[in-house]
Amino acid sequence: MKYHGNTAASLGFCSCHVCGLVSRIGAGTAGARCPRCATRLHMRKPHGVEQCWALLIAAYILYLPANLMTIMETSSLISYRKDTILSGVVHLWQNGSMGIAVIVFIASIVVPLFKLLALTWLLISVRKRSTRRPVERTRLYRLIELVGRWSMLDIYVVTLLAALVQMQSLATVKAGPGAIAFGGVVVLTMFAAMRFDPRLIWDPLRKES
Amino acid sequence: MEDSSTSFIACPECDLLLREISLEPGRAAVCPRCGAALYRTTTDSLYRTLALVVAAALLFFIANVYPILGIESQGNGAATNLYGATSSMWDQKMHFISALVFITAIVVPSLELSLLVYLLLPLSVGRVPAGLPLLMRFLQGIKPWGMVEVFMLGILVALVKLTDDFRIIPGVALWSYGGVTLLLAAVGATFNPKDVWAHLELRVEEEEQP
Repeated sequence: MKYHGNTAASLGFCSCHVCGLVSRIGAGTAGARCPRCATRLHMRKPHGVEQCWALLIAAYILYLPANLMTIMETSSLISYRKDTILSGVVHLWQNGSMGIAVIVFIASIVVPLFKLLALTWLLISVRKRSTRRPVERTRLYRLIELVGRWSMLDIYVVTLLAALVQMQSLATVKAGPGAIAFGGVVVLTMFAAMRFDPRLIWDPLRKES
Repeated sequence: MEDSSTSFIACPECDLLLREISLEPGRAAVCPRCGAALYRTTTDSLYRTLALVVAAALLFFIANVYPILGIESQGNGAATNLYGATSSMWDQKMHFISALVFITAIVVPSLELSLLVYLLLPLSVGRVPAGLPLLMRFLQGIKPWGMVEVFMLGILVALVKLTDDFRIIPGVALWSYGGVTLLLAAVGATFNPKDVWAHLELRVEEEEQP
């Protein structure tokens, strides 16, 4: 087969997720500890799939208010506007900051949606014990872990703007409830990605080889 | 660790059991099945990382003390550093956002830098600091939550949004954050956990001998 080789788990070996040391663990795996760094060993992240689903569903629920509610309120003597994430991007684009608009669009809209959908697909494929395209799926997981943090961008922007503009008296910028929901989505999807174990993608391939 | 004939490793992403091979300095090992980065050999990783960490810590301190940005409009101005921004957010009843920013941009990077100094300083003179395995694990756990580079981009976006209505006065911390971002990237590239664990193995062997 294309993907030959043995997994450590199939031979009774377990690698420590902290220091990487591979050690043999017997049938009674509960409570085994790494001989080098004393971390509790487990073949796969315990309850990873269930926890990933739970966090992901919570993130989906928060995703709606995160995108529909106001993330930032700006008011001055002559103007007042409420922005959701998308309208903020549109506003940036119309004001001529196209580059920044594209960056914010990717970090705040593309990345969270990509994470939600990609993790859902990975979870379903693992559940179905799919053997198709394991390399691509592992790469997808790597990408999820890599880009997830960049969604925090809007949270930092809102914090800086609100703080700075608040301190002088001509205008005010306030963070809206959408910002809280959006922060929640970022945190929940990051935890969800951490609970997913990419080794599960490869486990169904064992029988074929 | 030099004895490459007996040590096995497992790919952290696909669990393929592999025999560890010795690499030329500067080369990295990649899983032949899934392409995950496995390990790499670095020269002087402990000393170089320590130097970079100390520099990053000093700059990070400056970045947190001095204002990041100032704004001015019709003689009416304001400036803030990051802590000022989070406490202003807290006062506006945005506790979750305030805490999130405080943790990801202040607490975690400071912890990361101080833990690295605590670990690398004794290791660079050949001593193993107390609690090393636990602290390495802790470091690995908090790492994803340190987001200085994202915050740096956040500053730039905020800057662009403010230029319409205000005159911007770049603060000392703006440049410091830029420096910290670069230094932390360098730390990430130089720090090799494998070298740290190698010290631990050495110590265990020494204890077993007598």
